[in-house]
Amino acid sequence: MVKKTLIPIGPYHPLQEEPELFKLYCEGEIVKDIKWETGYNHRGIELLSEKKTYDQSFFLVERVCGICSTSHPFAFANAVEEIVNVEITNRAKYIRSIIGELERIHSHLLWVGLAGHFLGYNTVFMWAWKYREPILDLFEIISGNRNSYAMFKVGGVRRDIENNKIPIIKGILDKFKKKNDLLVGAVMDDPVIHARTKGVGILTKQDIIDYAAVGPTARASGIAMDVRKDDPYAAYPLVNWKVITAEKGDVFAKAEVRLLEMYESISIIEQCLEGLKKEKEGEISVKVKEIPAGWGTGRAEAPRGEVFHYVLSDGSNSPARHKIRAPSYTNIATFKKSCIGQTISDATISLAAVDPCYCCTERMAVAYDSKTKEKILNGNELIALSVKKTNELRNK
Amino acid sequence: MNTDEILKIIKEKFSSDVLDVFKKTETRANITIKPESLVKINEYVFKDIELRFIIATANHTKKGFEILYHYSKDDIGLIVNLHVILPVEKPEIESLTCLFSAANWIEREIHELYGIVFLNHPELEKLISEGNWAEGVYPYRREFK
Repeated sequence: MVKKTLIPIGPYHPLQEEPELFKLYCEGEIVKDIKWETGYNHRGIELLSEKKTYDQSFFLVERVCGICSTSHPFAFANAVEEIVNVEITNRAKYIRSIIGELERIHSHLLWVGLAGHFLGYNTVFMWAWKYREPILDLFEIISGNRNSYAMFKVGGVRRDIENNKIPIIKGILDKFKKKNDLLVGAVMDDPVIHARTKGVGILTKQDIIDYAAVGPTARASGIAMDVRKDDPYAAYPLVNWKVITAEKGDVFAKAEVRLLEMYESISIIEQCLEGLKKEKEGEISVKVKEIPAGWGTGRAEAPRGEVFHYVLSDGSNSPARHKIRAPSYTNIATFKKSCIGQTISDATISLAAVDPCYCCTERMAVAYDSKTKEKILNGNELIALSVKKTNELRNK
Repeated sequence: MNTDEILKIIKEKFSSDVLDVFKKTETRANITIKPESLVKINEYVFKDIELRFIIATANHTKKGFEILYHYSKDDIGLIVNLHVILPVEKPEIESLTCLFSAANWIEREIHELYGIVFLNHPELEKLISEGNWAEGVYPYRREFK
């Protein structure tokens, strides 16, 4: 009789933005079923936001996610400004888009690094995280913070990007672009990475529609969905760029979409910096006296996909209801489609492909025999399984 | 299909089920519907008009429990909210899991935060507070004076 094994992945790791526990039910090496538990980090932010003023809520929603910390204030600002019906200045639009795109670059680099590490390519991990550093430095130059930038408010942004900083930012981006070419080449041209990621964890168009998946996960399955194009906001309608899609829906397609998106992001930032030069310095916000009663729905394209905020205002200085939907909420659920039937070593990279933080696997995953309750594999041994498969392919 | 056409076709096709249609802007609209016609209208907008399900928002107001099903028409940037109001005494509504899997988690979440029962849901278990929250206590319910 085949021994059934339960492999838990999760729930905690300090780097993880979404603590969660995946239980993989395996027969031999094949994943047969998956159960999911979450709520470990449920902080009641939606309810908390109703106790804060609109200004304070920006700092609160910035802390929904540590990695893409601007996407939530972005969507929240779009929602509140829809209620107020205010048009922000072009300079503020450019600054918002620059922050949003820098964030996409650093988030995608983080993902590429972790995916590399997971497949046993620690060089990719080190390169990606090394080249991510100058991007974080850029954030410090622009906002004073490497993370949680506190740039957004109703009617504009809190800090200007002075024109004398533009050449510095461009210089850093130019250097980064060359390094990024190296990284993208290393990932896209490696036959072993192809062997490990092509045809693995496939999501079809129908799966994407069924699970309402968004962002690179959807775009890698051939659905050209991007809030920046579909429901334009900030400076995105003012600049030229294209939506990157791939057709296959496997892990490689998701990597391809993210890697190529970084070039689009760089292009958007460069155009926004040019745009800044044409606008008057200091015109970064419009005065908003009060938020009238009404509702607003704001969206923003975060690195992981569409962030959705619904804000109900009763005319007071705090939201009467504030609903937040992060992209991973719908993306993670696709795990059930992409992983069942895969081997354990492929299941983990398939999970990683939708970009939840999966670093937990390294520290927390322990495989128990479901009958004897004895440990079979720990986290490092699980990664070793994945690395071993890569090495075998390499040797072939 | 543009915003006006979508609103018009829903209004015509479900004239006895739609209580109110409100077009806020070119890209934002709200349609209040009867709770008992939820599944057939959602099926129509999801399968025939091909709107993308975004998420559902529940709220507890003086009117009762309100649920907004947010849909997106990506090619024109439209967000349509399908709005139902449930009585506080009997907060029950059909589950949409028969139409798409994306409804699964959000219905479980609404169930545990507001105590709204989704009929015919395949696994109406707790999603975010398994094992660490009292039974029958719903944290997002409000008290009105």
